[in-house]
Amino acid sequence: MNIASSQQAPLLKISDLNAWYGESHVLHGIDLELGEGQLITLLGRNGAGRTTTLRAIMGMVDRRTGSILIHGDEFIDKPAHRIAHLGRIGYCPEERGIFATLNVEENLMLPPTVGEGGMSVAEIYDMFPNLKEVRKRMGTRLSGGEQQMLAIARILRTGARLLLLDEITEGLAPVIVKALSEAILDLKQRGYTIMLVEQNFRFAAPLADRHYVIENGKVIDRIEAGEVEAKMDRLNHYLSV
Amino acid sequence: MLKLILAQGMLGLNNGVFYAMLSLGLAVIFGLLNVVNFAHGALYMSGAFLALILYSYLGVWIGLDDFHVNFWFALILVPSMVGGLGMIIERTLLKWLYRFDPIYSLLLTFGITLILQGLFINFFSASGTPYPGQPESLKGVVNLGFMVFPKYRLFAIVFSIAVCLAVWFVIERTRIGALLRAGTENPDLVKAFGINVPLMVTLTFGFGTALAGLAGVLAAPIYSVSPLMGADLIIIIFAVVVIGGMGSIMGSVVSGFALGLIEGVTKVFYAPAANTVIFFLMVVVLLVRPAGLFGRQT
Ligand SMILES: Nc1ncnc2c1ncn2[C@@H]1O[C@H](COP(=O)(O)OP(=O)(O)O)[C@@H](O)[C@H]1O
Ligand SMILES: [Mg+2]
Repeated sequence: MNIASSQQAPLLKISDLNAWYGESHVLHGIDLELGEGQLITLLGRNGAGRTTTLRAIMGMVDRRTGSILIHGDEFIDKPAHRIAHLGRIGYCPEERGIFATLNVEENLMLPPTVGEGGMSVAEIYDMFPNLKEVRKRMGTRLSGGEQQMLAIARILRTGARLLLLDEITEGLAPVIVKALSEAILDLKQRGYTIMLVEQNFRFAAPLADRHYVIENGKVIDRIEAGEVEAKMDRLNHYLSV
Repeated sequence: MLKLILAQGMLGLNNGVFYAMLSLGLAVIFGLLNVVNFAHGALYMSGAFLALILYSYLGVWIGLDDFHVNFWFALILVPSMVGGLGMIIERTLLKWLYRFDPIYSLLLTFGITLILQGLFINFFSASGTPYPGQPESLKGVVNLGFMVFPKYRLFAIVFSIAVCLAVWFVIERTRIGALLRAGTENPDLVKAFGINVPLMVTLTFGFGTALAGLAGVLAAPIYSVSPLMGADLIIIIFAVVVIGGMGSIMGSVVSGFALGLIEGVTKVFYAPAANTVIFFLMVVVLLVRPAGLFGRQT
């Protein structure tokens, strides 16, 4: 491989990604790219295929084709349990995935380390002080906001550098959304690369470098942060129900 | 009268040992794999036979008539062998069926049961063979005050309580246990975090079946070793698991011991009911708490 071009290459480059659940063909050729330290959002209506895009990256679909390059390495054929390690990825699922039979601390310590430089438990409790107070509580006995913080916190511990975050503001009170927005900004400043699936455009807009609009399993538009104001009408049209 | 109840209670507890250890293995397997391992009884029987073979036959086969693998070695060796067999079964057969309805894996393990039983009937005949390898140190009786009780049976009770506690501790208090619990809840996510879940599944099946093998070795000196000893037990074990709650670790252990006790005590009052009391309780539990006493109600 050409070394010069691999250094230029984005951290993540997805081309013609197709994905299936059983017989049902859900993604029809997603193309997107994400540079190191950047934050992009996947916008779209419910059922557009944003969650499936993240799941396809993590190998959590029944079948996937196309290309997923991370630092120039092909991930499309990698087994699911190797992807987080090899790509240094942390995944925060839409339903949050807090384990009910594990307490907060066990949930926090569950994902294995995928690289050096993860946040220490102390740093994590610094960032999310609420979690420290409830650390012996079982996963089910947390509020929605606490669950969401835990779901993010546990992937920060692993040393992942690429974070896939699915609808982290969904159903949460405005003060918690604000806290999350500060946390994401903090993470961006620490150099994390982030892919954010969002419904809440007001939350996403000030954080993102670029937006991808997804519909019926395809990217139908790509809007740079600087173009948002000019293209606001178009965006509203895409996202209106 | 009280003495009689205590005495029957102890004998019942002695059966409870096997109910608890077998339903514990079933629960661990069902939790992670969603497989109802019908072969559990046959693997228990294989454990008892392996202990017998190691003690009575192996020496003859290799031409050293005085060679016996003693009980203590069997207690370590046999569970490893049965667990190994379990892992082979999982890798070669079971793993292809996870995508399908759980009824297929149930049928597969039922078939394995018939094969194992057939093999042992063919080579050893269907009638029982006593296991002569009970260690000297555990022969004789101890006086418990209300009864004299065989030393070996007392050992079996204490030993299996220790095993159940150890398993409970590992599952509830260690990182391996946390992975197992998480994998039981959401295997896809655990995989996405970077855990080799297929390997975990194989090891878990191996561990559950090893427990069955261990119970088999423990049973050998008490009951006569016969190809159908597991078939008689597995039905009761299923009732224990249903009462405790499918997949509940705590539930299977507690109801295993408790039901052995209840069965024993029932003998005092109305002996003919002893064999059916467990199934009667199962029906009651199913009516009142369909997910079992310790199962999570959904
Ligand atoms: N487990 C599944 N099995 C089958 N179809 C699914 C599954 N999950 C999602 N889908 C379908 O895939 C499409 C995309 O869903 P999803 O990626 O969740 O959309 P979004 O996250 O954008 O709301 C929808 O039509 C949805 O019904
Ligand atoms: Mg979604």
